[in-house]
This record gives sequence, structure tokens and C-alpha cells, in this order.
Amino acid sequence: MTPGEPLIRWDWILAHLGDIGQRLIQHLVLTGIALGVGLALSLALGIWAARRPVVYGPVTWVAGVLYTIPSLALFALLIPFTGLSLLTAEIGLVSYTLLILIRNVVAGIQAVPAEVRESARGMGYTRRQILWRIELPLALGIIIAGIRVAAITTIGLVTVTALIGQGGLGFFIVQGIQLFFSTPLIVGASLSVLLAVTVDALLVRLQRWVTPWARA
Amino acid sequence: MSGASEPRGLGAPVELRHVSKRFASGEGPGAVNDLSLAIPAGAICVLVGPSGCGKTTTLRMINRLIEPSSGQILIDGQDVAGVEPTELRRRIGYVIQQIGLFPHQTIAQNVATVPRLLGWPESRIRRRVDELLELIGLEPAKVRDRYPSELSGGERQRVGVARAMAAEPPVMLMDEPFGAVDPIVRERLQNEFLRLHREQRTTVVFVTHDIDEAIKMGDRVAIMQQGGQLAQYASPAELLTKPASDFVARFVGADRGLKRLALTTVADVALEQASTLHENDHLEASGGPRYRLLLDGDERPIGWVNTAGLAPGQHPWRELADASSPLLTYRSTLRDALSMLLGLAVQTGVVVDEAGRYAGVVTVQTIADSLRSAIERPAEEDAALAAGGAP
Repeated sequence: MTPGEPLIRWDWILAHLGDIGQRLIQHLVLTGIALGVGLALSLALGIWAARRPVVYGPVTWVAGVLYTIPSLALFALLIPFTGLSLLTAEIGLVSYTLLILIRNVVAGIQAVPAEVRESARGMGYTRRQILWRIELPLALGIIIAGIRVAAITTIGLVTVTALIGQGGLGFFIVQGIQLFFSTPLIVGASLSVLLAVTVDALLVRLQRWVTPWARA
Repeated sequence: MSGASEPRGLGAPVELRHVSKRFASGEGPGAVNDLSLAIPAGAICVLVGPSGCGKTTTLRMINRLIEPSSGQILIDGQDVAGVEPTELRRRIGYVIQQIGLFPHQTIAQNVATVPRLLGWPESRIRRRVDELLELIGLEPAKVRDRYPSELSGGERQRVGVARAMAAEPPVMLMDEPFGAVDPIVRERLQNEFLRLHREQRTTVVFVTHDIDEAIKMGDRVAIMQQGGQLAQYASPAELLTKPASDFVARFVGADRGLKRLALTTVADVALEQASTLHENDHLEASGGPRYRLLLDGDERPIGWVNTAGLAPGQHPWRELADASSPLLTYRSTLRDALSMLLGLAVQTGVVVDEAGRYAGVVTVQTIADSLRSAIERPAEEDAALAAGGAP
């Protein structure tokens, strides 16, 4: 940082409001795609793993390995194949959602009481009806709890993708570091935190709204 | 139990023909061995036996939750093996001990489960749900939109029964349906279910490990023993008077004479008559029994009057009457009657009809005579019981 420079220059922020808004939206889109694709994959894999315990081990092992790869290294490894693209960013971001989401899908389905499944079967529900009308609605609370953790993680991780030309609010963080200029760095970081907190609060409300029986 | 009301013919007969089930582990617990049972339409058939005797396996083979290894199961003459399992199950009510209400659905949605699967129109479903909730003694407006977790155990169990009856199935399967509630609630649920059954007349296959429940609930009782063998299949009265084997005798218990009392009601015995008096009668000059039963103007009993203390011509005043005799109705069981009589100095119970009018008296001797005659001619009575209870 340049000595004598104030920590935050409000005139810079005012001059860049449009830019900040754009990056915020990009941040949301990157997060949304990652969570959407991650959830779709996790539902498919989680339902499969919940039905077949043999599958559960290998699936979570692969997701666990993906989770441990440092994000920077993962992006660097992908660049030769997919370039500095949105695809590269999303492959990384989606990978990091899988472990938590798959685990919660499986836990949610397995938490359905045996007698509920038994009575559904005994009254003539088909397997598919049991999944869609009984198991998934009942698992929803636990699944959304997983989405909350995945969302917070992803919103933080999106900033890293600024290094491969994506990044949303991460763009300002990288800019601040490169220019030794604290204002964009603080803007990027604090908005990212604010975004995470807001999304989490919204998900909590969603969770309550879709599980009215849990309040009874 | 001898059915009082006319059967509506809603139930379908169920027949098991040489049904066996072997599990991979061989003759393990739950296996069933060459079981044949004919359950008449509209009857309650109780499968009872120690754990592992195969009673639940048998029940679950009827709606194909378990497939038999061999043998045939017919409902209304149709082999269930030829019916698509989900379609079959929608026509058979199913109640389990843990109930298994759907926690994320309201009571109305839970009860509507099978009608919805069958594609009934919404208006018909709504009517049926309200009708059923009233039938089980819950106020529709109050419970309709509640979740199962907001109800008591007994209420949840009733909703479970209502849900099973929703689409008017000709057959209902009940696996220890009242096993998870306390004895007082259980007794009430049993009585309510018997009342419902008298109105609906579905064929019920009922599993329990409790012989008292079997005797109370069953028109026919199948006692099963380890290895999935049928030990005896008979009316409760016959099981108690003529157990087919030592196993059955042990299983029904050494107190089977007393259990039989619980099966017989005051309506089944010949009442004795006491000497009666009306409030404004004048006592004749002499003679007559010393204790006489005082009745009011509507023939309702007031109490016993000791005539020795009364002068001829005097009114047997109400104040002199001793009301310590227990009042019994035709529906009281002999067990309850005996228990009341044993606790009292006056060992005579006064029987009244529905309107509370005097009908006769029951003594310990009446009860003993009825027991003895039952043991002397059980076959005759069982025939009568079967004719009355299982059309």
C-alpha cells in the first residue's frame, strides 16, 4: 500500500458502482451455476448411493479426493484442457460442492423412518412415488442444510477464479493486490462476505418454508 | 364375537392354500410352513403366536410385501400372484404398529393417501376424509390441517386406521396395530375398532402376540408356533374350551376358564328373576322373600328393601332401599360381572336394559352354571358363534 493513502477511497467506490454491480452479478451467476449443477449431480449420485450401499463408499471417496485438491492447483491443471474459461471455473467450483451435497442427500434419504417407507409401500406407492413424494420431501431439510454449507464455500471460492479471468468480486481483490491499492481489495472481500451471509439467511428461510411440519 | 348388526357384505373372503415361505437362511425365524387358512368375508381373523412364528410373514405375503416360496393366496377367489403388487396393495388396507404416518403431510393428506393414488376426484376425497375423521372420533375442522407430530399417540393410531380404511378396501391387514400404546388407550382403541368393524364389515387379518387381544378381537383365531406351523384355527370359544394341543393350552394360559368369561356377555345367560316391589305398592300382610327389589314408576331399580322391618300396608320407602348391587347391562361381560359381585356383600347383580329398566338378576351361581355348560357342550355353541360372527 502506498503510505499516506487512506484505507478506503469512497470516491473510487462511487466512480465504480456500475462495475461493482456487474461483478456482483457475475459472482452470483458463477455461484448459482456451480450450486445448480452440483446439486443435480449430487441428487443423482446420492439417490443411487442411498439405494446401493456398495456405491456410497466409492462415490464419497472420489468426491472427497476432489475436495482435497487445492483450488489453485485444480485450475492450473485444467487450463491446458479448457483454457481460461467459465468451464474451467465451473469444473472446479462444482467439484467442491459434491462431497457435502452428496453426503447430505444420502443422509436425508436415510433419515426417513423405516415405518414411513414401509407404510408407503404397503399402501401401494411405486418406488418412484416413494422417492418423489416421501423420501425427497422428507430429506429436503437436510439437503438444504448441505446447500447452505456448499453455498458459503462456493461464494468464497469464486473469488479465486479471478486468477483465471473469471472471479466476480474476486476481480477487485486481485486488482487490489496487483495495484497495491486497498480500496478494491476491501470492497471485493467485504461484498463477498456480505453475499455469503445474505445467501445463507435466505436459505434458512427457504428451509423453514419447505419444511412446515418440522415446526409443528 | 357375535355380530349384532347385519353385515354389509363389503369384505372379501381370503384363502391361503398350502402357503410356505423359506428364507435364505433356511427354516429361520419368520418362516411359514404349509399354512392353509380360510377366512370368511367380513370376519376378523387373528394370527397369534410367539415371536418368530411367521405371523407377520404370513400377513405380508397377503399384500405381496413378501412373496411366498410356494402355495397360493386368494382374495375373493382371485390369486394375488396375478395382480400387480402396487395395484393389489391399494385395494388392501395396511396398518402397522409404528403407524408410519407421513410426517410431512397433514392429517387430511395422510388419510387421503390411497384415494389419491386411485385418482378419486378432490371433492369425493374431501368428503371421505371428513367422514372418516368423524368416524374415528376426531373433529375434522380441528385436525384436518395438523401434522402428525401435533397429535397424541392414540390419535395417531386412529388416523392410521382411518388411512387404511379410506378407499373402503375389502380386506385390511393389521400388524400389532395397538401394540405401541398404553393399556388404557389400547383397550379403547380395540373397542372402537370393533365398533367400526361392526359397521364396515371388512375382512380383517390381525397379527398380535397377545392372546388376550386375540380372544377379544377375533372371530377366528389362528395360533401359530415356531417354524411357521399352524397349531389351531378356531373360534376363541373353542380355543379356550378345547385346545388342540399342549402348546395351545399353554399358550392360551391356565386361566382359560376365566378368559372365557370375558367372551360371554350377560345377554348370553339365562337371567334369574328377583322378587320386586313398586314404590307405591302396599306390602301384603305376610310371607314373600325377605329382600325385595324396589322399582320406580319407570321400572328402574332403586335398591333392595328388607321387608322384615316394614309393617304390612306400609310403603316401601325409597329411603329404606339399599342400592349396593352393581348395575349390569346386557353388554357387560361375565368377567366384569363376576369381578363386581366378588367385591360386594350382596352377590347379586341387577341387570337393566338400554332404557335402564329392570330385566333380571345375575348371581355368582348363574355365572358358574354358564361356564360349566359351555365346557360340556362347546361344539354346539361354537357353531352358533360362527354363524353369528362370521357370515
